Amino acid sequence: MSIELTMPALSPTMEKGGLARWLVKEGDAVDVGDALAEVETDKATMEVEATEAGVITRLLVAEGAEDVPVGAVIALIGSGPAQPPTPAPVRTEAPAAAAAAARPPPKTQPQAPLDLPQGLKITPLARRIAELERIDLATVKGSGWGGKIVKADLKPPEIRPAATNAVASAAIYPPPAGVPHETIKLSGMRKTIARRLTEAKQTVPHFYLSVDVRLDALLKVRADFNGQGQAQAVKLSVNDFLIKALAGALQRTPDANVQFAGDRYHRFDRVDVSMAVAVPGGLVTPVIVDAGGKRLIEIAAEARRLGEQARAGKLAPEAYQGGTVSISNLGMFGVKAMIPVINPPQALILGIGAGEERACSVNGALISAMVMTVVGSFDHRVIDGAVAAAFLGAFKHLVEHPFEIVA
Amino acid sequence: MTDSFDLIVLGSGPGGYVAAIRAAQLGLKVAVVEREQLGGVCLNWGCIPTKALLRTAEIHHYITHASDYGLAAEQVGFDLGRVVARSRQVAGQLNAGVKGLMRKNRIAVFEGDGALAGRGRVLVSRLGEAVELAGKDILIATGARARELPFAKADGARVWTYRHAMVPREMPSSLLVVGSGAIGVEFASFYSDMGAKVTLIEALDRILPAEDVEVSAFMTKALEKRGLRVLTGARLEALEAGPEAVSAVIRLGDEPPRAQAFSHAIVAIGIRANIEAIGLETLGVALKDGHVLTDACGRTSVDGVWAIGDVAGPPWLAHKASHEGVVAAEAIAGVQGVHPVDKANIAACTYSRPQVASVGLTEAAARLAGRELKIGKFPFAGNGKAIALGAPEGFVKTIFDAMTGELLGAHMVGAEVTELIQGYVISRQLEATGAELADTVFPHPTLSEALHESVLSAAGRALHV
Repeated sequence: MSIELTMPALSPTMEKGGLARWLVKEGDAVDVGDALAEVETDKATMEVEATEAGVITRLLVAEGAEDVPVGAVIALIGSGPAQPPTPAPVRTEAPAAAAAAARPPPKTQPQAPLDLPQGLKITPLARRIAELERIDLATVKGSGWGGKIVKADLKPPEIRPAATNAVASAAIYPPPAGVPHETIKLSGMRKTIARRLTEAKQTVPHFYLSVDVRLDALLKVRADFNGQGQAQAVKLSVNDFLIKALAGALQRTPDANVQFAGDRYHRFDRVDVSMAVAVPGGLVTPVIVDAGGKRLIEIAAEARRLGEQARAGKLAPEAYQGGTVSISNLGMFGVKAMIPVINPPQALILGIGAGEERACSVNGALISAMVMTVVGSFDHRVIDGAVAAAFLGAFKHLVEHPFEIVA
Repeated sequence: MTDSFDLIVLGSGPGGYVAAIRAAQLGLKVAVVEREQLGGVCLNWGCIPTKALLRTAEIHHYITHASDYGLAAEQVGFDLGRVVARSRQVAGQLNAGVKGLMRKNRIAVFEGDGALAGRGRVLVSRLGEAVELAGKDILIATGARARELPFAKADGARVWTYRHAMVPREMPSSLLVVGSGAIGVEFASFYSDMGAKVTLIEALDRILPAEDVEVSAFMTKALEKRGLRVLTGARLEALEAGPEAVSAVIRLGDEPPRAQAFSHAIVAIGIRANIEAIGLETLGVALKDGHVLTDACGRTSVDGVWAIGDVAGPPWLAHKASHEGVVAAEAIAGVQGVHPVDKANIAACTYSRPQVASVGLTEAAARLAGRELKIGKFPFAGNGKAIALGAPEGFVKTIFDAMTGELLGAHMVGAEVTELIQGYVISRQLEATGAELADTVFPHPTLSEALHESVLSAAGRALHV
């Protein structure tokens, strides 16, 4: 008697994942809680654990298989003795591509047969339309008999939402002839970044405002706190202050803590800050929930923990979903001003540049001060210049008067 | 005393009885209310008996041309009563068949006039008595009736509707057929083959106005070659029935109206939905353009009330009603993923001689939709079987989207095209393109090869023309 191990949904919206690595092989005995495989989603890799004890009788999906639908059976766990291992049917895109290339192109159609994901059911007409319009069929749900994709499932390009079409419709050029190169397949995370940020640039009317902020006061408070010899594990970073200042500024200008929603918009009562964290191969944005209601040291501890998890690829999907605004700091790389791309569906992202010594004129006298350039990118559908300016002004004020951040 | 059901169907035509059977198959307790005969107009006073009559006409045509086939037939004649009786017998057989299907599927049949009496309640009245039925869902399938001329009543003596035209007691010597849709053209064809002098008039600028222009043009020539008189742009201004003849005042275009006399007239100017006296007002069921307003699955504006078939709007075709009946029954029974009827892929057939069959867009409609087209046309004169049958007249016209190869429309005139059109309907249902059709092997020698050749013609590579 076999128990089916299925591809789990690691987040509420997950529809498919990649089987990055098997941690067991056919014949292995497993207990409840044993890690069986590493599953890759668009943001992170997670382990799948056994929920039953037994023997792995069959691995049904090969390592490296991508786009395995949630709910698909990936292995069989038997309660009996181990079965002789059978070769796992390969479920990667390679066979489909080979089959498509081997089939001679139909005489009445041009020479570009679609590279279809294996097992995709589609009518001849829908396939032809998809070829002509370069539609990414992986994102199309079939409404025909048995899930077959029919013409009606391929909406005309003018009304298809940019998100599903963005990457597929961008012209793909071959590399320049003769240049030695390596071709790397896009990871799930990379595909997601490409899709979402293309969507942001194509659909969100960005505008940008910048302020220069004097950091001296904040740096002093931070040094005082960290150097006090207080026996705490948490050291405050400049970024922690900036996150709290961001939350405080939004509490003062709540009209900048909003989200466009078609014929209406949402104004949030709470500030959840998505922090951009660079990770190997890309970037993720774990969320600090209720940054306005948390103390500075709580934010610091959370930011540290999330950053570590993110860099290790161990972020739980819930950790990077949501967020009402974003902050992205490239100051540590010496960048003077960072003009970020909005993270849809949010309406605001703050780009932080390096704090550096600059000459300033104060009351007519030239002094040297630590100055940082901050650029806010705003969704003009739902935030206007005056609101954005007021928000940035509030942010600047808080950063320059750090006791108001911690008060 | 209230009998209670899961579904009550008003009307037992091809929409109603099919819906009832499907619902019963899905486990519902079903009742059907019918005020005339099971099978409705289609089985008893429409599709079926007219096809029986047209078969007689077709055979009569062959017998009167027997020498073409090397046969001798003398003293050819017919007994009108027996011609009619045969069609009544065929109708009777099918009517009995529907009775049997109702019994087999344990569907309760109530004879009488049904009407909505309130939410989930239907009142069935007959001969002064009434019984109330309770139903969780109610399906209105009351069909339609012939539209009447405002100035002339079809009393069945000399002025006929389709019903009278199906049971003639005498053969008209000269017949005026008013209206050139499928019904008018079929009767014109029948009576002409049986010896009447037929004049077919149409107010619009061509006969069979719903068909492709090439079909209209071909049929006009074909009917005229048979001896019919076809008048288009012709408005009937008055129709008066006397004891010996019917006097019709016809205005042709800008000319002054002229009176003409005929022995009989058939009025076939369209139909109107049977929305009266069935209690729609009690629940406020919404109407549109004279029929019941429904969504793609048959739901009306009132929860628990459904409508299908002729009463729910065009196309007024039995197979559309049946399919809508199945969809509605499945939706009522809670089947998941019910596919609504694709009205764009319902074939229209006219069983005249020659026959007409079409599905999808006309050329004009396809051009209006801005599509770049590839059009194929193949004459049956290039088809071996058609020639061997002695029925070489007609053509198969196919319209493809030049970019995608989608079969946008098919229009056919000729022998048995009503049986052939299903090939294109299936193709469109499965979203085949011209390429797949071109690669399909059609058996030889058949009329169906013309379907293939038309597809090849659209691709500029017809073999036999």
